[in-house]
Amino acid sequence: MNIVVAKGLTKDYNGLRAVNGVDFEIRRGECFGFLGPNGAGKTTVMRVLYCFIEPTSGDIEVFGINVKDKPALIKSQLGVMPQDENLDLELSVIENLIVYARYFDMPKRKAMSVANELLSYVELSGKARANIKSLSGGMKRSLLLARALLNNPAILILDEPTTGLDPHTRQAVWKKLNDLKVRETTLILTTHYMEEADRLCDRVAIMDQGKIIAVDSPGHLKEMHGGNLEEVYLKLTGRPLED
Amino acid sequence: MKIKRAMRVWQRHFAVYTKLYKSSIALNFIEPVLYLVALGFGLGAFVKEVHGKTYIQFIAPGIIASSSMFAATYESTYGTYVRMTFQKTFDAILATPVNIDDLVAGELIWAATKSVFYGAIIIVAISIFGLVESPLVVMLLPVLFVGGFIFAEISMVCVAVVPGIDSLNYYYTLFMTPMFLFSGIFFPLDPLPPFVTHIAYFTPLFHLTNICRSFAAGNFLGVTGDIIWLCVAALVLVPWPFRLMKRRIVR
Repeated sequence: MNIVVAKGLTKDYNGLRAVNGVDFEIRRGECFGFLGPNGAGKTTVMRVLYCFIEPTSGDIEVFGINVKDKPALIKSQLGVMPQDENLDLELSVIENLIVYARYFDMPKRKAMSVANELLSYVELSGKARANIKSLSGGMKRSLLLARALLNNPAILILDEPTTGLDPHTRQAVWKKLNDLKVRETTLILTTHYMEEADRLCDRVAIMDQGKIIAVDSPGHLKEMHGGNLEEVYLKLTGRPLED
Repeated sequence: MKIKRAMRVWQRHFAVYTKLYKSSIALNFIEPVLYLVALGFGLGAFVKEVHGKTYIQFIAPGIIASSSMFAATYESTYGTYVRMTFQKTFDAILATPVNIDDLVAGELIWAATKSVFYGAIIIVAISIFGLVESPLVVMLLPVLFVGGFIFAEISMVCVAVVPGIDSLNYYYTLFMTPMFLFSGIFFPLDPLPPFVTHIAYFTPLFHLTNICRSFAAGNFLGVTGDIIWLCVAALVLVPWPFRLMKRRIVR
């Protein structure tokens, strides 16, 4: 069953076409990745998907609802882990979660218990009262993940979830995301790490210059085009994945 | 727009403010008091009387208006800009059921709340100095909210169109400072050429100052026109911050 359906999705920014008529479908419970270098249009697709920006033309439905019609309803069932660390720097770790839970109309007591549960899930329980500035990069990412899970989302959107992390922390994030897959949360991520797409994604959409070139499982893509995903990317687009 | 979701944004700003007020309140409080003391006592020593009041009595209610104005303006210029651009707070909030209209409404209501708060501090301060004639001066609080709302609306329009944070300086130099100086806080405008009063009439601070001065003297009836002016301006400006911020953020 499809949880996201996009048809002819196009988005222009100041006269530049960032996303150019893409079609894709994402199935409930799968991990779907948008793979491509910076500027391929991945983040723009995500931003339309979580109702941050409206498409210039084309349609995208999430849970069968058009993003233009009821964005608040869609967003109430989404979790978004952004690329930027946009935590509230003045608030403590736990306060960041409590304030965020309020946007979802979660009663305070429930917010408190869910927040504590999630902090222990991302191994930050000992840091509940800590200042955001005292957290390492990896801890901030973990907190962003916990924040994205507050409303127990049906779809978790991850924009470059491990960019800038050291290999050890990256592995830890991947492990968490694999746990979520087991719990049948639909994961949608963007990445320019071939290994990340390979490790996590059931299917990947290969993006280049605002278009989707191919959609398939990493295994099948490698089988069809030979070599690893990086080589597949090079073969399909004539461009290397990482510059 | 849902007012409940707008209030979630308000609550977020309040939570952050409770962490910061110790450092920011002093700045917002000391500056108006410096004006009051320096001009009231310093310049006041050379000025006999203005409209039957000592000079410090004359300017004190105007300081309520200016302090309240600057509180909303700082919040909706630099505060909003930093949250929108550098801290990416808006991105975080807009990934939740809160929509752009809720967010803008929350920002405006929060800035207006700060106006009331900083105006109230000055009311307390000048009351201690004995510069207020009537306890009914507390009736100013809702008026300060309306005034603050207007300054927030104008400021957010400005934030929505400036190319960068430095451009906000133009807003302060070309709009805020002249308004601060020529709104009747420090001297009555009547001796100046009439065009000054005509221009001032179109600025919110002129009317807010009239109201503050009148209420502080216990007179509510003489300023009905100013109150109507503020309410109408607040309503007329409403669509602009919403429209322009939407264009800025989700373009």
